[in-house]
Amino acid sequence: MIGAACAHALAGSGARVAVVDRGPVVGGTTGAGEGNLLVSDKQPGPELELALASGRLWRRLADELGAQALEFEPKGGLVVAKDLQALDALQRLAARQREAGVEAVAVPADALHELEPHLAPDFAGGVHYPQDAQVQPALAAATLLRAARATGRVELFTRTAVTGLAKGRVETDTQGTLHCAAVVNAAGTWGGEVAALAGAALPILPRRGFVLVTEPLPPLVRHKLYAADYVADVASGSADLQSSGVVEGTAAGPVLIGASRERVGFDRSLSVPVLARLAAQATELIPALAGVRVIRAYRGFRPYLPDHLPAIGRDPEQPWLLQACGHEGAGIGLAPATGLLIAQLVQGERTFMDPTPFDPARFRDVHPEEQS
Amino acid sequence: MRRNPLDLVRARPEPGFEFSFDGEPVPALPGQTLAAALWQADRLAWRTTRKGGRPRGAFCGMGACFDCLIELDGVPNVRACLAPARPDAQVRGQRGDGHADLD
Repeated sequence: MIGAACAHALAGSGARVAVVDRGPVVGGTTGAGEGNLLVSDKQPGPELELALASGRLWRRLADELGAQALEFEPKGGLVVAKDLQALDALQRLAARQREAGVEAVAVPADALHELEPHLAPDFAGGVHYPQDAQVQPALAAATLLRAARATGRVELFTRTAVTGLAKGRVETDTQGTLHCAAVVNAAGTWGGEVAALAGAALPILPRRGFVLVTEPLPPLVRHKLYAADYVADVASGSADLQSSGVVEGTAAGPVLIGASRERVGFDRSLSVPVLARLAAQATELIPALAGVRVIRAYRGFRPYLPDHLPAIGRDPEQPWLLQACGHEGAGIGLAPATGLLIAQLVQGERTFMDPTPFDPARFRDVHPEEQS
Repeated sequence: MRRNPLDLVRARPEPGFEFSFDGEPVPALPGQTLAAALWQADRLAWRTTRKGGRPRGAFCGMGACFDCLIELDGVPNVRACLAPARPDAQVRGQRGDGHADLD
């Protein structure tokens, strides 16, 4: 997704771009997510600023390319707290988010069912975030690439691996050498390996997550709906398993159930205990889900950086290399703003926000093995 | 005259029975799937699609395509081509996602 957004933004700025992907389009983390565009789960700070800008850009893309071409749904998010203590913490977070420009509306317990009729009865209250939205990530990435190629300035090489990087040169296994003025590393969870080809250090680690997919259902869940514990899970740096109930409907009918986080390397094996926990947590939110079937489950690997911020900007040693990876679970949401920042940096224009917090130079003296 | 697969393999099935489909009896043989029994009873479609309401029945007949979904004993989205017919089965055609109860 990040690569597609960078190609789209760069093409829009007049640059000629070659997109090189080791696999097919959306063969990595983009194809294994839920397509969340969230501001609700972010603490005030640079990531939230990036998310707010990105939300505006997603809405513009939906206007330009068609909401259906992205399955863009400005459905809003609803975060619910199971007791007064959790509600208090949630409301304090919402107050700080409001100061940062987030729309956050307190919802008393007796009004929750107007927003989510199938929500379990015993929640203490919640916060409604109208700016939260959703896209179908595989479709959105393909649509952005298609729009980028329609400019005539973008070439796409799938099933093509980058085997070497040097100033002005990208070595590939199927296209030979590609000559270029700049290289954008948007390899997501594998961004550390690509950076290493240029001798650059980026301590990206995979953070595994599972998603359960139910059989198609009538519109049952209207918002991006999750329990307040989720925010703490996202921010956690622990390698251990964290999971909290996150449910959302999709345009096609199935309900998606997440979200788990654990650092177990690139282990693709299906963990039944994790799936059972996700299912149990989802039914705590929407009891009617207990009576429907799960038809499949998938897993993906979020590109995790130890400070939970993406790396966006020029590499300190190799200024021709721009990093655009490490967005963890927020990459779909943050993609258009990341693409815009990259395009502005490549073109030497003034950036729409200060990119310093995302500067890859912050990892200059960090070795990956110290992080795990 | 229709060719009968039972003759082709010289089958000697146990006695047949009936199950209920939308309240009407449909004959079946032991081991036969719901889809096979319905086809034999000249019923080719028992589901409507979610968006267009178009008729659907068995397509692949081997559990892969999920076109033949049916409601069996109150549970929707059962593949008729895999579920064996039983004398006490309460089978109903399915409309859309089969979850009108959640609407």
